[in-house]
Amino acid sequence: MDLTFEPDHEQFRAEARAWLSANVPHEPLPSLDTATGFEAHRRWEARLFEDRWSVVSWPIAYGGRDVGIMEWLVFEEEYYRARAPKRVSQNGIFLLAPTLLDYGTEAQKERFLLPMASGQEIWCQGWSEPDAGSDLAGIRSRAVRNSDDDGWLLSGQKTWASRGAFADWCFGIFRTDPEAERHRGLTYFLIQMDSPGVTVRPIPQIDGETGFAEIFFDNVEVPDHQVLGEVGAGWSVAMSTAGSERGLSLRSPARYTEAAARLVELFDQRGRPALASDAVARAYIDAEAYRLHTYWTATKVARGHKVGAEASCNKIFWSETDVAIHENALALLGPTAELLEAGAPGEWLDGYLFSLAGPIYAGTNEIQRNVVAERLLGLPRA
Amino acid sequence: MDFAFDEQQDELRQTVRQALGREFPTTALRTFHQAGPDDRAALADARWSLLSSLGAPGILVPESAEGLGLSDVDLVGVLEEAGWSALPEPLLETAGLAAPMLAALLPAPPAAAALDALMSGAAPLAVGGIDVGLDGPSSPTTVSADGMLRTPRVVGALRASVFLLACRDLDSGWQLHAVPAAVCTVHPTPALDEARDLSTVQWPLSSDTLLAYGVAAEASVGLMADRGAAGSAAILIGLADRMITMAADYAKERRQFGHPIGSFQAVKHLLADARVKLEFARPATYRAAWSLATAQPTVSRDASMAKAMASDAAELAARVALQVHGAIGYTWECDLQFFMKRTWSLAKAWGDASTHRQLVLAQVLPTRPSTR
Repeated sequence: MDLTFEPDHEQFRAEARAWLSANVPHEPLPSLDTATGFEAHRRWEARLFEDRWSVVSWPIAYGGRDVGIMEWLVFEEEYYRARAPKRVSQNGIFLLAPTLLDYGTEAQKERFLLPMASGQEIWCQGWSEPDAGSDLAGIRSRAVRNSDDDGWLLSGQKTWASRGAFADWCFGIFRTDPEAERHRGLTYFLIQMDSPGVTVRPIPQIDGETGFAEIFFDNVEVPDHQVLGEVGAGWSVAMSTAGSERGLSLRSPARYTEAAARLVELFDQRGRPALASDAVARAYIDAEAYRLHTYWTATKVARGHKVGAEASCNKIFWSETDVAIHENALALLGPTAELLEAGAPGEWLDGYLFSLAGPIYAGTNEIQRNVVAERLLGLPRA
Repeated sequence: MDFAFDEQQDELRQTVRQALGREFPTTALRTFHQAGPDDRAALADARWSLLSSLGAPGILVPESAEGLGLSDVDLVGVLEEAGWSALPEPLLETAGLAAPMLAALLPAPPAAAALDALMSGAAPLAVGGIDVGLDGPSSPTTVSADGMLRTPRVVGALRASVFLLACRDLDSGWQLHAVPAAVCTVHPTPALDEARDLSTVQWPLSSDTLLAYGVAAEASVGLMADRGAAGSAAILIGLADRMITMAADYAKERRQFGHPIGSFQAVKHLLADARVKLEFARPATYRAAWSLATAQPTVSRDASMAKAMASDAAELAARVALQVHGAIGYTWECDLQFFMKRTWSLAKAWGDASTHRQLVLAQVLPTRPSTR
């Protein structure tokens, strides 16, 4: 056991820190859930890509630096420390990409990874449907063979697609065999959003911005080479993506340790109120525990262990820690917490609204608790 | 960054788990609790000689002093196993606190004599006189009317031949003594968990028994407090793991409404919450062990963080395990009680969760409050 970083990791950290401090915009970008903000964030992705900082853990051929998971975590620590912009391409680079690298054909990797890394093509996720949320296997959107038998025709409706309002591409699961058992007749598709038959209806969120959208598919033609994995194997391919979403790659610990450090600063600035101290300490400790748990898991991953149902523990913990950090900050701000001011109060309020989505997306925490109980503790399914 | 145990550490933990599982199953724990004083002493001797044969008391003692010469990172897994089996003996106090402290004071004669007694494997040492509060370590030791010192809640006093006791006064600061059992008067204190073996001990203050005083004693006490917090966190992790396992096993067996109760979401979610808390307390506890082993400047903060998380995780596990067992869990007949009682004791020993959260906060805030 050695919880220090090797000298070359520290060297990597120094390099990342220097680049970020020279390049992170001084003024925060406009919200990525607006049309102008989306484009500003896309340009930021291009800037990262130019100097090979957008996808450090990817192979060099796809724009990465081919570094290990520890360096990736170091980069993330520096990224959040620098308070760099949110990653508009996160659905692609953090969720789809690991699945593409595992299940994609060489041609698919060639086609999709570089434009994903550069922000040229931004991805959204097309999973949930009006009647298939927690019960994801209940999806009804269908795909049938086209008349030339060289592709598929997609029909149906997806909803709550994050980045859906402005994205260029969508990855989604559709039912290709209505006769098969629910988990078996599904197929994973990669769909261009400007294909004929795709209609996007942005959905304003509680903050009024259109972070997600409904997507309607009306006989959308998708060629065979845009099927990811085997036809009918969509569920297991999707679960690999879900593992990334719940586990290590979507929510790196730096995000929480940075927010927790700012919470402690706020607690200090507000005169260290005794009433708040226990909850502030708890939030700080939980963020740190999440960081430690990540290094614990990363060591296992570096040794070839696959993250399984433990990812569900992660998802519950990071999402609830995030809510707690922001609730505590708003409690410290007291009557000023409701003000949408630039700077501290507005940022905490923004962060709070964002944190509240965490226990819902990527599989609600209730579903995660079922997974923990059934797969880690061996309790029987209902 | 290599956050994992090595093969030797895994092996040591496995050896201890198998030995305790074989020689000390819950039926033996029950026998121990129901036995009279003589039988109890015989059972305790057998267990301690088993642990001694594995080298457990001397894990942190250098090889030059006949110990295993290992570190806190090796000890943490052994302590976790002590929790998993609700081991009554004060392994933490003897192997974790007394042994490295005595070894560091060699070759001073009182330390050497006490370490000999410890390494003989005859019995654990009795340890007392240090509490952890918001101001850090304090001593509950007081002076009686007859001039003797009086230390409450000494652990392991019934069988020890040497007592490691601390006291502190405002003028001269901390003192640490290794006191022979012959000059101590032991008054056993009834406690929730009888196996904790708590007593009030009266002892004479004498320069013959002095191990350390002043700055040196203060440093030793500080380190013992950190090891007490981090080590009890490890035991609590083992207890939590065991209680969650017991409750999950029970939930698979027990049927109501025609189904195993573990198939109901209300029951699943209770257990999942306990499992998640344990999952995140574990690396925090291992990190504290590493910080102790490598004398990190953050060791006190890291020990506090571990104790805060492990106390909460084990208390939640106890609460949930009892609820899942229902009325049967509330009986003497159900083994769960042994693990719950140890949890309730240790969750408060060496500083409870909220105390340690304050200690963490004090160390991450700037020294002087910022002005508004």
